[in-house]
Parts: sequence; structure tokens; C-alpha cells
Amino acid sequence: MRHEAPRALRSLWRTRSYVTPYRGQMVVMAGAAAAGVAAATAVPLVAKDVVNGPLVHGLGGLLIPLSLLAVALGLADAGLSFVRRWIQADAVLGIETAIRSDLYAHLQRLPASFHDSWQSGQLLSRATVDLSTIRRFLGFGLIFLLVNSLQVAAVIGLLMHLDLLLGVAVAAAVVPVVYLSARFERAYIKVSRQVQDQQGDLTTVVEESAGGIRVIKAFGRRRLMAARFDRGARALYATSMEKVRLTAGFWAVLELIPNLVLVVIVLFGALAVGHHTLTLGGLVAFVTLLIQLEWPVEALGYIIASGQEAMTAADRIYEVLDTEPEIVGGHRRLARVEGRIRFEGVSFRYPGAETEALSDVWLDIDPGETVALVGATGSGKTTLCALVPRLYDVSAGRVTLDGVDVRELDLRCLRSAVATAFEDPTLFSASAAENLTLGAPGASEEQVAEALVVAEAGFVHDLPWGLATRIGEQGLTLSGGQRQRLALARAVISHPRVLVLDDTLSALDVHTEAKVEEALRRVLAGTTGIIVAHRPSTIALADRVAFLQEGTITHTGTHAELMAGVPAYRAILSQEADDDQDLAEEAS
Amino acid sequence: MSSTALGDGTGAPGAAPAPGRESIDAWRGVASEEVDDLPQRASLFLRERSRRLLGTLLTPHRRSLWLLAALVLAENLARLASPYLVKVGIDRGIPPVLHGRGAGTLVATSLAVLGVALTQAGARRWFFGLSGRIGQDMLLDLRRRVFDHFQRLSLAFHERYTSGRVISRLTSDIEAIATLLEDGVDSLASAVLLVVGTGVFMLILDWRLALVTLASFPVLVWLTAWFRRQTAVAYRRTREAVALVIVHFVDSMRGIRAVQAYRREPRNQEIFDEVNNRYRRANERSFKLVAVYGPGIKLIGNVMTGVVLLYGGYLVLHHQMTVGVLTAFLLYLSQFFDPMQDISQFYNQFQSASAALEKLSGVLEEVPSVPPPQAPVPLPAPRGEIRFEGVSFGYRDRLVLPHLDLWVPAGQTVALVGATGAGKTTLARLLARFYDPTAGRVTLDGVDLRDLAEDTLRSAVVMVTQETYVFSGTVADNIGFGRPSASRPEIVAAARATGAHSFITSLPQGYDSDVGKEGGRLSAGQRQLLAFTRAFLADPAVLVLDEATSSLDVPTERLVQRALRTVLARRTALIIAHRLTTVEIADRVLVMEAGRIVEDGPPARLRSAQGRYASLHNAWLTSLG
Repeated sequence: MRHEAPRALRSLWRTRSYVTPYRGQMVVMAGAAAAGVAAATAVPLVAKDVVNGPLVHGLGGLLIPLSLLAVALGLADAGLSFVRRWIQADAVLGIETAIRSDLYAHLQRLPASFHDSWQSGQLLSRATVDLSTIRRFLGFGLIFLLVNSLQVAAVIGLLMHLDLLLGVAVAAAVVPVVYLSARFERAYIKVSRQVQDQQGDLTTVVEESAGGIRVIKAFGRRRLMAARFDRGARALYATSMEKVRLTAGFWAVLELIPNLVLVVIVLFGALAVGHHTLTLGGLVAFVTLLIQLEWPVEALGYIIASGQEAMTAADRIYEVLDTEPEIVGGHRRLARVEGRIRFEGVSFRYPGAETEALSDVWLDIDPGETVALVGATGSGKTTLCALVPRLYDVSAGRVTLDGVDVRELDLRCLRSAVATAFEDPTLFSASAAENLTLGAPGASEEQVAEALVVAEAGFVHDLPWGLATRIGEQGLTLSGGQRQRLALARAVISHPRVLVLDDTLSALDVHTEAKVEEALRRVLAGTTGIIVAHRPSTIALADRVAFLQEGTITHTGTHAELMAGVPAYRAILSQEADDDQDLAEEAS
Repeated sequence: MSSTALGDGTGAPGAAPAPGRESIDAWRGVASEEVDDLPQRASLFLRERSRRLLGTLLTPHRRSLWLLAALVLAENLARLASPYLVKVGIDRGIPPVLHGRGAGTLVATSLAVLGVALTQAGARRWFFGLSGRIGQDMLLDLRRRVFDHFQRLSLAFHERYTSGRVISRLTSDIEAIATLLEDGVDSLASAVLLVVGTGVFMLILDWRLALVTLASFPVLVWLTAWFRRQTAVAYRRTREAVALVIVHFVDSMRGIRAVQAYRREPRNQEIFDEVNNRYRRANERSFKLVAVYGPGIKLIGNVMTGVVLLYGGYLVLHHQMTVGVLTAFLLYLSQFFDPMQDISQFYNQFQSASAALEKLSGVLEEVPSVPPPQAPVPLPAPRGEIRFEGVSFGYRDRLVLPHLDLWVPAGQTVALVGATGAGKTTLARLLARFYDPTAGRVTLDGVDLRDLAEDTLRSAVVMVTQETYVFSGTVADNIGFGRPSASRPEIVAAARATGAHSFITSLPQGYDSDVGKEGGRLSAGQRQLLAFTRAFLADPAVLVLDEATSSLDVPTERLVQRALRTVLARRTALIIAHRLTTVEIADRVLVMEAGRIVEDGPPARLRSAQGRYASLHNAWLTSLG
């Protein structure tokens, strides 16, 4: 932990580039805070003068001006506090918003392999919790670190001026309070983290109990889930109780120390007055000033801890921002995309994986040609598909589009030429129209209609608000088949030169599938196609078949050729029919 | 950020971009209002409901609550006493010293201050510990109750309520209550007591000065009421705004492949900046309310200090009051105004906690629509004979099964075929008692499903659906979900039987591989195979498969079918499948149309007849090419 501090401090220091635009506001905030504190501190001094002058020495004429001065100081205090907070709202929220926007932009640039290894919840907590921590520190901690230190120093100076010995006694009490507060906050943050982690674990159980409710119901595992939840809830309870004990002890001590100081002051202060080394007004001022110290001293502990927290938060944010996007676009653009795709000795290994998902893949697809990828589960079909639009980069070899390495191409150019419909159709919590036109924001009404026809996704019109209906997690739930059809429509809408369909028809029933295939045949006529296929009917869409076995293409050829010449291929596709033939005979 | 840029980008055909505010949100689309928001405008009935819940949560702690009240009282009395003692020290302690009559009174007063300080600290410690424990006990109780209740509620409820809301009930709502319990209750109680107590003490000390101070009260009340009203609105807006930020953020990160493949980044950034800025504006409003309110309270307090100085000074000058009283008064003033700010701070917490309690009490009042039997009928060795007797069923206004009679003898494998919406899944779900029929009855071995205890029914009937859910944990854990008591060899045997064994052993840690969140690295087919293995391990008398093999590749599906043939030989099965290969292994095929069974017979016979099944089969043969 300790040795990380310099790096964390550097991370926090780096946020200054976001603070720079609000430099002026920050200075005004600090100035207003300091002036406010000065005004607030002056009030007890005025009280002292009131007691010493008019009251003790009967100088009644001074009472009104001094009281008015107190009121004026009070007004200034309140006014300055208003100015500081008002400006703060603009400045620190602006900083927070800017960092969040940059974080989001950077995350969008980071490749799929980065997102594979980071849960979205982890990223979200950086964009929300960590950012508020920094915001709190910049808007409050940083300013009051300065102001409170000044205030404590000033007040103690004043106290020493009023009565040296008593002042020293108070100063001596400040040290343990700040120390205890900082230590407590550190321990508190640690326990809070643990509570957060355990809450996260509990949330996982909750998510699973809600998401997997059908499975739980189907197997009658209510009690099993309840036991899991109970375990998590009890762990959370235990840690929360630890937190309670920690807090209870700390607050008690924190209240005790100033009161002990008060005892000392009352006793020795009164004695000092008795011995005429301190005026009565001085004692009043002393006590009032002492009360004023309570908060800034307590707050110092809190501020130190919040500073540490902000450092960690900044560190966590820069951990993401410092990750270089591995996949960045090249500079070449193709004026006209023909659509020739070549895999040249392509190998691919997932980060952290021991074995290669693809090894030495060679495949040449002519413009307008459609190739079906066939292979058993886990043979690398999906991975191969993801390499074309550069969702991942090859580990060895290269993929080319019209003879140009995809890594040299401008990313937008490449990705507008290639459209992919994924095995798992991702829908966003947005309108159906927005989901459809993901890659073609300017699509015309006709284009949308046409895509819906091709994908047999006319059901969209029957949704409660038609194309404007919100779908995805926050909206209407669609069936697996409906989602697949939308994803397909999304892929074909912009008439891409290269169409990659990763097992996009698996959830469709036979009738719909037949219709979709018929429409796809027309679309694919002038388009280069890569289609992951499990069924002969889908393979029939392709001009050629590439047969994948354990990460490499072992055979290419027409369906008929492979059926005739490759027993493994036949085993995967045709025996099924034979099998059923046998079955049918058995049955009849 | 122009709203038109967002409005144009949707390119929503047919939905002409509405002018103004709506066009900003066009990308989000339209969805039905969340019913959740209602408690904000809570009626009396709703309040009563959550009061009852709160009552039952507090009942076990009744005694401790009295102690708690005593503690908070003691603590605050002690806190109030110290300024008074300071006054005594100054007024009565100093004169004897001045006149050389010793410091006895002064020392006694100081000791009293010490005693009071110790009392205060002790009471505080005890109070914190006790209230913390009560709070945590209540939370644990509430968590368990709500979780258990959700699990008891039927599938129909969950489908209506959606998983997102179940999750937020059990996470953010409970946490809202936790936050209030953790630092709200104490501060709130102390603040109220302190304000009231301070007021009383001031009156005792000097009623004239106290009345002058209390004259500021109406202004305080007015300012606080204004702040409460404004902040309630602002708070709600902030919650809504941050929810949008979170949804968009999480959506983008989860769907990053689609985002990048479709070059969605600029548009996403545009939307994100918009929701991000909206969040900023909402926050700014809250911040500025505090910026007015906090200094406002301060202003009143400071002005009162000046007034007290002036009037108090006047009274002292005319010997109607002592300097000690004035000092004590100045001390009380700060105790009087500071807690006001606390109260307003916790108002938000209080508000969200009470809204959360509303929602939770609403959930707890839901009655399971598939209730457990009053007198469960035991079924020691289920054979698996199924009967639907005059069963009808509909979802809300839509009748799905008008009147269904069906007898499936024990051990028979039945395939259900028909177009989407024909009622296949409904029939399967009635058999698994995810729903109860609106009329008629479903029986297992002659016993109405409604008379079977949950455990009896679930060990006899297991349903596997198309959407396969994978729990966090290892592969073995996931298969073991089917039968938690199963040993590792039994799990492996089940996986071998369904053909899942080979892909599992190819994973880095085999059966101990962590499947990650929601099945991270498993393909759709692998997940289905896992789900199927899970059901296989459960070894029920009746197996219901609803599209359970749709994502499998052909060789795997064939393995599954082989497994099915051996597995199903001994048990009753109901299979829904689009692929006819699966249907062909059935003893009997039922073709459904609009909730009725229109064809019924062995597959071979139906194939040769000129019916719907025959045409379906032909279409399928053509698809094989």
C-alpha cells in the first residue's frame, strides 16, 4: 500500500489538466473559503471586545457598533459561503463531467480483448463512484485542506496570543485528534471497501436469482439459492458490525477530546482570570474560539483520508485511461471496396490462453463470393469472423481486404465495408429504429423497410410503438429468434461489401429460416459473404465451404465435393440424415 | 450540445422527430411507464403498508429501542449541560478566586464538566453500537424476507416485474434504507433533540434572550420547507439522470463488439455526452439548492449572534444578566443552528429510504399465483403419467389454450410441433407448474399438480428452456445445480452421457473452470449442453425440453439425441423443437395450432398422412438440401 502512494499521488496530480479550465473559479473558491473562515473567526473576538469594553468597563456606547460589526462579519461569512458553493457547483461538476466523457470515449476505443477481461461493473464504478470521490476532493477536500490548516494555525495563534499556556494546551490536543481521525478514516475506508465487495458478491447472487429464475424454478432450487444469499448476507452483516464498532469507538473518543480540553480551559482559564493574567472577555473569546476549532480539526482527519481516497480513485481511472488501444486504424482508405478477403497464415491466441484458437489459416474469398464456415463447436469459427472487422488482431499472419492488410486501413473505412451479425445479438436499450440503424444512422425509410423484409423482421411494426418501441434490457423483451432477426436486419441495412453472419439463424424456426435464406440469397448475390453454418440449408447459400477443424481450415471446396471427399465433414453434416433415415425405418 | 443533432441521428423512419424535448430522447424509444414510481406520490394506504413492515421489523428490538431512547437523551443532556457548566464556572467560580477565597467551586465545576464529558462519550459509544446492531439486524431480516419472497413468487410475477426491478429492490432499495440506518437515524435523532433541548435551555437561562433567538424560528421553518420541496424534485431528477448515464454506459460496454463493428462510437459519444450533461445539470441544481440553503441557515445564525450580543450586552450593562449567561448563550447558538443543516442533509436519505420501504412492502404483499398446497400429497416413486383434463389457460386478455385434453402414459416421449404462438410453450409450462390453469387440471400419476409440494414436483418434473442460464462458479457447480448432492463422478458421468464431457475437458481447468459472469467464454451451444446435462443429472421422471437443443451444432445435437434415446427410454418426456431430427426420436408427435392439438400420432404415420406434419417434414427435407 505504502509504496503505491507516490504513483497514486501522481495520478491525482494528473487530474490538474481537467482543473485548469476552472483555475479562476478554484482560486475564487479558496479565497472565499479563507475569507469566510476569517470572518467567522473574528466574531468571537468581537464578542471578547463586547465583554471587555462595554460590559466590564461600562463603555455602553461601543455596544451598538461592535454588535453591528458582528452582524456584518456574520453576513460576510454567509455570503462568502454562498459564493463558494455556488461556484463549486459549476466548477467541480464540470470537471467530473469532462473526465467521465473522456473515460467513456477512451473505453470505446479499447478493443474487445480489453473488455473481455474487464467486467462492465468494474468500469462503471470508475465512471461513477471513483469520479464522485475525486469531485468531492476537488470541490471540498482540496480547498478545506488549505483553509482548515490556515484556520487551525490562525486560531491556535490567537489562543496563544490570548494566553500562551492555554494556547499551547489546545495546540497539543489538536495533534491526537488529527492523527486519530486520519487513522480512523483509513481503517474506515478499508472496512467500507470490504462491505462494498461483499455487497457486490451479494448482488451477484441477487442477479442470478433474478436472471436464472426459470432454472431455479424448474429444478426447485429455491432453498439452495436462499442458502447462498444467506451466506452472503451474513458475511455482510459481520463486516457491517465491525464498521459499526469502529465508528462507535471513534466518535466517542472524538467527542471526548474537545470536552477534555474544555475542562482544562474552564479550570485554568478561570484561574488565570482570578489571577488577572487573562481578562474575562479573553476567557469568553477563548471558549468560543475553542468551539470553533472543533470542526476544522475533525475535518482535517476526514480531508486527509478523502485525499487518500481520491488518489486511489484517480489511480484507478488512469489505469484505464493509460491503457493504449491496441487496435488503432491505419491511414489507408479504399476508394472503392471490391470485397476480396484473404486470410494469410493467420494465427490467433486469446490473451492469457495457452493454446491457439486459430493456427495457420489460409483462405481466399473473391469479391462477391460467399463462403460457409463449417466446423464443430469450439473449432474457431466465431474467432475467425471477429478478425475481419478487426475486433481482434491476428497474432501472426495477416488478413487483407482487397489486398491491403486490414491493420493498414482506416478503421471506419474497414468497418463500414464489413458488417457482422453476431451469434449473440446485442440489443441496446434504445428504440428499435436506433438498434436497426446502428451502423447506418442516415438510413432512409426504404432501406429500413427493405432490411426488415430481408430479415423477416416485420414483427417490429407490430410492437406497441412500432419502430419507436424501446427494446433491450430497459425495454421490451424480444425472443431469441426476434433478436437474431433484428441483428440480421442491422447487418444488411447498409448494403455492406462484406457480410459476416456468425450463426445468425440458429434460433429461427424452419419456416422463417427458409424465408430468410431466400431473401439472403438475393442480398449475397453481389456481396462477399462469410457465413457460419450448421445446416445444409444455410450452406446452400454459399458458393464454397471452408471446413474448420481445431482452429485451422483443413478443406475447402463445394458442399458436394466435401461431402464426397471428406469423411469428417460428412460426419458433421450428413450422417444426421442417415441416422434419421435409420430412425424412420425403425419407427415404421 | 444541440438537440437537433441527436434528433436527426435517429433516422427513425415513420416516427417523425417531434420538436423540442422529445426529439432529444428519440433514440431511447418509447416504453411503458414504470409502475415503481407510484410510491413517490404515495397514498395513505401505501404509507400504512410500509409502516406495518417497519413495525414488524422493529418488534424484536422493542426493549433495545427504549434503551436507545434513554441513551440519546442522556447524551444530549450531557452535551447541553456543558455550556451551562461553563457559565457556572465563570459566574460562580471566578469571583471566589478573585476575592482570594480559593478555587473550590471552580474545581468542582471543572470536575462536573469532566463527568459530563465522560457521560457524553460513554452514552454516545453505547448508542452507536446499539443502534448499529439494531439497524444491521433489521437489514438482515429485511434482505432475507424480500429475497425469500421473490423466490416464492411465481414465474408469471417475475415475467411481469422483470429481473432488473427484482435486482434493484434487493440492492439499491435495501442500500437506501441501510444508508439511512447507518448515519441518518442517529444524526436525525440527535439533531432534533439538540435543537429542542437547546431551545429549552436557552429559555431557562434567560427567557428574554431566548425569545429573541426563537423569533428567527419561522424564517428557519420557511427556509427549510422551501428547501425540502425543491430538493425533493431535484433529487428525483438526479436519480433519473444518473440512471440514464449508467444504462447507456453499461449497454455500450457490454455490447462493445457491436459498437465497434458498426462504428457506433461517435453517435454513442453524442448520446453519452447528452446524458452526462443532463446529469451534470441535475446535479448542479441540487448543489445550488444547498448553496442557498446552507449559507441561509448560517446567515440567520450569524445575525442572531449579533442580535444576542447587542441585546445580551444591553441586559448585562443594566445588570439584568451575567456575562456567564451571555457566553453560554453564544455557545448554545451554534448548537442550535448547526444541526439544522444536518436535518436538511438527511432529508434526501430519509426520502429515498421511505420510497424504498414503500416498494419493498409492495413486493412483500404480492401473493404467489402458484400457491403451495395446503395438504401436500406425497409421491414417493413417480412414474410419470401425465393428464391434462379440460385445461384452459390465457395470459391476461389472450386465451392461449381454450380447452385441452391430453393423456401421456408413463414413459412416452412426446414431441410438440407447431408455429410460434400455437401454445406449445404454454403447455410445457403448465406441466412444469410455472403457471396454474385457469380451468381444468393437470395431473401427475393421477395427482393434481397443485396438491404436490414444491420439492416433490420439482424432483419429478424438470424443464429445460432455450435460454440457458449459467450461474457464476465452476462448470461442475453448474451441472451440480441439477442435483446438489451429486458427487464429482456422477457429474462427469452425466456430462459424458450428454456429450458435454469433451468440451469441458478441453477447458483450461476442466470441470473446475470458472464459467465467469453469465457464461462468459462458453458459446451458446456449450451453454445449452451444460443446461441439458444439468437436467440429465437431476434425473426426473418427467423431462420437459423447450427448444433445449436449438443452438447445438449438428454433431453435438446428435450426441444429445443419442443420449436422449437412452435417457428417455425410462421416462416421460415432452419435447418442443424446431429441428425435426429431435422430433423424429419421439414416440408420438402432437401438432398444435391455436391452442388445439390438430394432429396426434407416431412420427412415421403422420409423415405418410397428407397433413401439416407431412408438409413440415417435406420442408425440412428440402432444407437439408
